[in-house]
Order: sequence, then structure tokens, then C-alpha cells
Amino acid sequence: MNNFGYSRATDVADAVRQIAADPAAKFIAGGTNLVDLMKYDVMRPARLIDITHLPLKTVEETKDGGLRIGALVPNSDLAYHPLIEARYPLLSSAILAGASQQLRNMASTGGNLVQRTRCFYFYDVATPCNKREPGSGCSAITGINRINGILGTSESCIATHPSDMCVALAVLEAKVHVTGSSGERTIALEDFHRLPGDTPHLDNNLQADEIITAIELPARGFAAHHSYLKIRDRLSYAFALVSVAAALDIDGGRIKDARFALGGVAHKPWRNRDAEAALRGQAPDKPAFAKAADILLKDAKGYSHNAFKIGLARRALIRTLTQAANATPQIQSVKKVR
Amino acid sequence: MSLSPVGRSGSQCTSTPVQLSITLTVNGEKRSLKIAPWTTLLDLLRERLDLTGTKKGCDHGQCGACTVLIDGRRVVSCLTLAVMKDGADITTIEGLANGDSLHPLQQAFIDHDAFQCGYCTPGQICSAAGLIAEAKAKSADEIRELMSGNLCRCGAYPNIVAAIQQAMGEMGGKR
Repeated sequence: MNNFGYSRATDVADAVRQIAADPAAKFIAGGTNLVDLMKYDVMRPARLIDITHLPLKTVEETKDGGLRIGALVPNSDLAYHPLIEARYPLLSSAILAGASQQLRNMASTGGNLVQRTRCFYFYDVATPCNKREPGSGCSAITGINRINGILGTSESCIATHPSDMCVALAVLEAKVHVTGSSGERTIALEDFHRLPGDTPHLDNNLQADEIITAIELPARGFAAHHSYLKIRDRLSYAFALVSVAAALDIDGGRIKDARFALGGVAHKPWRNRDAEAALRGQAPDKPAFAKAADILLKDAKGYSHNAFKIGLARRALIRTLTQAANATPQIQSVKKVR
Repeated sequence: MSLSPVGRSGSQCTSTPVQLSITLTVNGEKRSLKIAPWTTLLDLLRERLDLTGTKKGCDHGQCGACTVLIDGRRVVSCLTLAVMKDGADITTIEGLANGDSLHPLQQAFIDHDAFQCGYCTPGQICSAAGLIAEAKAKSADEIRELMSGNLCRCGAYPNIVAAIQQAMGEMGGKR
């Protein structure tokens, strides 16, 4: 790990002031990803600004029936929060599908959004990587790309965003509250992460002087019909090869509204409105789900080691939508996929 | 804020170690220390406080051998910067026993032969202490899932689960 300076931020305004004054500094909260990346020499911040003392640790109800989650609420506290378990079980399940309990105890809500990709080549400083070193090339495109993306990739980068939580947040249409030098703004979760394009070094649209203060959930939690299914190389404590968050609104045996997103396959949680629209008015059955999956995966592109993900994603989508329709969501401690 | 730079300070990257003062309560004992900001809690425990029960396995948060309790919650000490835990209460494997009587988890690991080489064991036991305090795991499936952050390369997993079940029963949800 490189030597670095250290300071503490006393409030949000102080944090913004400090980061705006020092472009070589980084915020640190849980540190589960940043400290790891520093140990690998992938990130070398000259200074860390400790934001763990900021008053962003509460979950509060909003006027319109939703919840406002402070950016520093630990992942484990959020997953087990009574209001999240009761009204947003999809989010609870997705969080519990990720990492280990030790890491969930440390990791913050805001930090989950800005975690970096786990692409092998991003972590290996001996190899070219456009995300780590713009212009150096992408080693994954012709390398061991089993874990890499199949949707929204570019010639510069085929990395995926590794979060489980964000896949559920995309389906729940969460909003990200941020504060910067020029004030506060709100970014839809779906617009928060970027596609790699020719600027893969930019993971998201957060500006250099901005801090995430909260995640806001709208009132609709899809508690009746939801499921989060994560497919990975071992049954726990591994990143997704493919994951699916699904939420359905079913009325009189017909789908009124459907939302679903894929994780582990793109630079951001992947939703497709045409695929979701195709389910509206349909009976919640396998042929309908298969058609929706085919629309979502129409433009999927496999690379030398990950083409299997296209078929895997199709089957996982059908299975997860079936679980949601049957109100039999995947339980993360139960390893049999129902 | 008790943050008081002792050496050269400043926001720029510096090769001169900046020493910061922190106070931790480690296994019930108050310790005042001067440390560089890049000191992990794991290295502080092992190298400065001679508490070598906490093990360095992968040093990247993937194996759980370095698990300790901070303010009663289990974390990996290898990814924890000590300077960020100023004022915290740390419990390591050395702090679990009550004098000469073993913690119920320590006794249960012996009773169930829940280790072979023993390298992961301090982390397993601290993690299990956190698990029992959380009171989220009831079934063996739930214990396995919530202990998945602790690897055992000897493969003592069935005995570890049995040991945790025994301690959980004895402790009745208490830590």
C-alpha cells in the first residue's frame, strides 16, 4: 500500500470542501474495496478523507411512502432493517447474496455503488487495462474473459459492475442523492453507472467533487412477487456470473407490470423496457418469460470464454420470473434453486 | 477528534511517516498508540500489540482468518485501517476466554474436533461469536451461509457447523 495522508470530514459540506481542494484524495467509508485495491497498487490515493463520522447513518420514511437510506448505513444493517425486510425484500435478498457477513458489516450503502469492477486484468497491474490506465488496451477482450460482460460492452472494455445490491436498486428505481460544490442533485440509479464506451475509466456519473449522501426508494416495493437469483462458481461468497432481480405486479392472473434486471453481465445493472413491456397483460408463464428474456438478450455478445452466459442468463431470467410469479423467492441460505 | 499528527503532516503524499495518535480498547485494555495511517488493524494487533492469535491469511478480505469483533460486530481486520477505529472496542481471540475458562465456542471447537491445522480457527471462532450475537442464523443452512466468509482449507466445515450449533445452544443467543 502506498503512503497517504489522512483527514476526517466533520460534515457533508466539509467533505465536499476537502475533496474539491485535493483531486488526489479519495473518500473512504467501509474501505472493503478501496483498501484492497490499494494493497494491489491499483489505486494510489495521496490522501484518504474519512467520511465515517458524517451523519448519514439512518433509514427514514419519506413523505411519499418511500425510504431514504443514509449513504453510510452498513450493508448488513440495511439487509436486516425491518422496513426493508417487510417492504423491499428484493433489496434485502440481493444484499445478502453479496460478499460475506464480515464485509457486509463494514461496507456502506454509498460505497456499494462506487465499488470497482473485479475484472482480473483491472486488478493485475502488470497487464494493460483501459479502465486502470486509459489508452493501454483491454486484456480481457482476448484474455480469460469468463467473468466479463455480454451486454453494452465496447472495444475498450468488457468489465462488469459487480454489485448485487445495485441490481435490485435498478428494479426498484431508486434515486441517488449527491452533494457537490455546486449543491445537491438527484441521479436515477439507472443513470448513475455508465457504459464503458471509449471512457471505461469512468465507472459512473458522480463528479470528482461530489459525495453520495443517500439512496431513496420509491414507495413500490413489489413485496408480493419478487426474487433475486444469483448464479456463481461456488454457492456463496463469490461474484455473480449472472444474477437476476425480478419484480412483478400480478392482477387477476395477468401481469400488470414487470421489472427485471441482470447483474454480472454489463458495466451497469441491465434493464430493457421493451422486454418488460412484452410481459404486460400476459399470463405469468414460461413462454411469456422466455419471450421477454429473448428480447432482453437480443443484442448480447459473447467472447471466447463467456458465451455461455447468454444461455445462462436466459434460463436464469425465466427461472427468476417464475419464482417471482409463484411468490417463492430464492432464499439466499437455501442453495437449491426452486 | 483526537487526531493529532505527531510527525510531518499535510494532505500531499509523503514518504515521511506521519504518526497519528489513536486510542483503542483491546480485549478490555485501553491502548494509546501512535500509528501511520496505512497501518491495518491486523498489522497493529500482530506487530505492535503482539496479539498474534489473529491470523493473516490472504490479506485481501477473502479468507476470514483475520476476523475480529469491533464494537461487537465481526469484521476483517486486514481491510480495516486502524486510524479509522479511534475509540473503538476490539475483541480478538485472546479476549474471548474468561480467565482460565474457555469461551463456549472455544470449548465447542475442541469437543467437535472443528479444526486440523488451526490456522483459520481464531477467525472462525471470532466470526461465530459475531454470528451468535447477530442472532440471524438458526438452521445449519443459515450457519453455513453466514459463515461463508471464513474459509477452512483443511475442510473441517461439518465439525465447525456442529461446534457452532453446540455453542449457540449453550449461549442461548447471548455472546
